[in-house]
Amino acid sequence: MHIAGLSSYIVSLIIMAGIYAVLSLGLNIQWGYTGLFNIGIAGFFCIGAYTSAMITTPMPSGIYAKYVHQLFGLNLPFVFGLLGAAIAAGIIAFLIGIPTLRLRDDYLAIATLGIAETIRLIFNNEQWLANGPRGLMGLPQPLHSLVSERNYNYIYIIIVIVIMAIIYLAIEKAIRSPWGRVLRAIREDEGSASMSGKDVFNFKMQSFVFGCMVMGVGGALYAHYTRSITPTVFTPLYGTFIVWIMLMAGGSGNNKGAILGAFVIWGVWVGTKFMTDFLPPYLQSRAPYFRFLIIGIILEFILIYRPQGMIGEEKSVSKLME
Amino acid sequence: MISLIVYGIIVGCIIALGAIGLTMVYKIVGIANFAHGDFMTLGAYIALVMVSIVLPWVGIPDTRFGPLSFGWRMVIAFPVSMLFVAFIAIFFDKLLYKKLRKKKSNAVILAMSSLGVAFIIRMLILIIWGSDYVFYRPGLLRPALFLPLGIRIRPDEIFIVCTAIFLVVLLHLFLNRTKMGKAMRATSDNPDLALVTGIDTERIISWTWAIGGALTAAGGILYGIDVQLHPGMGWNFLIPIFAATILGSIGNIYGALIGGFVIGIAQEVSTAFLEPTYKLPVAFMIMIIILLVRPEGIFGKE
Repeated sequence: MHIAGLSSYIVSLIIMAGIYAVLSLGLNIQWGYTGLFNIGIAGFFCIGAYTSAMITTPMPSGIYAKYVHQLFGLNLPFVFGLLGAAIAAGIIAFLIGIPTLRLRDDYLAIATLGIAETIRLIFNNEQWLANGPRGLMGLPQPLHSLVSERNYNYIYIIIVIVIMAIIYLAIEKAIRSPWGRVLRAIREDEGSASMSGKDVFNFKMQSFVFGCMVMGVGGALYAHYTRSITPTVFTPLYGTFIVWIMLMAGGSGNNKGAILGAFVIWGVWVGTKFMTDFLPPYLQSRAPYFRFLIIGIILEFILIYRPQGMIGEEKSVSKLME
Repeated sequence: MISLIVYGIIVGCIIALGAIGLTMVYKIVGIANFAHGDFMTLGAYIALVMVSIVLPWVGIPDTRFGPLSFGWRMVIAFPVSMLFVAFIAIFFDKLLYKKLRKKKSNAVILAMSSLGVAFIIRMLILIIWGSDYVFYRPGLLRPALFLPLGIRIRPDEIFIVCTAIFLVVLLHLFLNRTKMGKAMRATSDNPDLALVTGIDTERIISWTWAIGGALTAAGGILYGIDVQLHPGMGWNFLIPIFAATILGSIGNIYGALIGGFVIGIAQEVSTAFLEPTYKLPVAFMIMIIILLVRPEGIFGKE
């Protein structure tokens, strides 16, 4: 592989790791800081991707209108896609939060798992909504005219990194505010937080919606990177499970950990592809299962031997207090 | 409509077998076991290995019982597979959950761990058997019986209902008549009190896993007999099983049984109005409604 090929390969790795880092940051708000057990990341990822896709593409016209169906097509710039993705994911999160956030943690898990599967089934079945199983293609990419097609990823990597950094800073700011302290109080002891006069349900809801909005942005970033989306991408394996492992590996309750975990686990994930190349030919078609098996085993090891992840939580109370 | 309800009862039996195990594990071990559906798949595939490889090799003839689609091979494979999954469930408990319990990890970490187990089991199944749909006995025409009221039912399906009832009665007798069963009920009612009375909690936990694993494996085999085997089959049952468990109140096995039938019937009847692919969201919606209206389930105490 020559230099240009290698560098574009590395760029594509970093872009995907960056997108996963956004999802992992979103999960960190919910799990890391508030203790909310969301295993429906794929659903919010999916909503974000589809919303942004439909906001930025025009309504199919002419011959395409016969083959491509979508609910709406606004043909707006990328930034609106990102915002729309965040808002749509936030609305769904709000709706799912109402029945579940008052209840035990594990009910939220089952409910989010259910909503993620439901969202995927709806996108897969309803032709009129977003073209059913064939999905949407030819999604626009921002600033595409600046460089040639081949080098576009060098622009997109900057976009992903900048958005990731903005989200990182926003979460850091929020988490170190009084609001963030309430979230951590709820995580540690819900009873005493509510006895201190904090409306636990309200704070949980804010945290849940905020986290899901971030996941929606992750979905939008993904959609405009691959330029085509189908419901099959947003399965529990690719959409949810791997994000959890990233956060657990990096260190839940630490935003740097969330990002580090995303890059490390994405690296491991890509690395296992080279390992499965050594499998005998008759097992090649089952290579992805070996890769997920390895990832699953890594999770169990982390949970037992290093539940705090690579970098644990920083115990900082406030920037005013050392 | 009546035939949809009848089919709902059949599916309900399978969901109930899963939900009874799940509800016991949930209450006694304290884990929301996300691997429960994949135990179900594992049970079905172990029976497949028995029926198609091990038993022919041993020399068990390929018979069929009258109108049923299976014979002695399945009769032997059935309990063997249940036992196998029971041991697998205990194995994962000793390997993972016991360590987490010792470290006083919270319930969510245990649930996370079980989600990991779910994926590990499913990946192993996919590696060993691939992702195709398979049958216990391929290429067999399975005619339905015509009963009054326009009900069509296959002999296999009558067997499914009978087996489910038999297993539930067996469990009922076990819980009420044996010392271990009584100890399990005591632990379920009040774990601390059970501990001071001298009940060995770790043994109770192993027994609970064994029963949960065996019952859900039975559900998987019955589904395999009725429809087909697929690596994702158990995962698709996970939401209905959880819905049945919550509907019937966590820890209540009779509640789980009724919950299973309610969810099964609701899923099948919904196909009269909705596309069949929306069965899973139907179970999910019922669960959400229960969580809104009565989160402790129909048999729960306020």
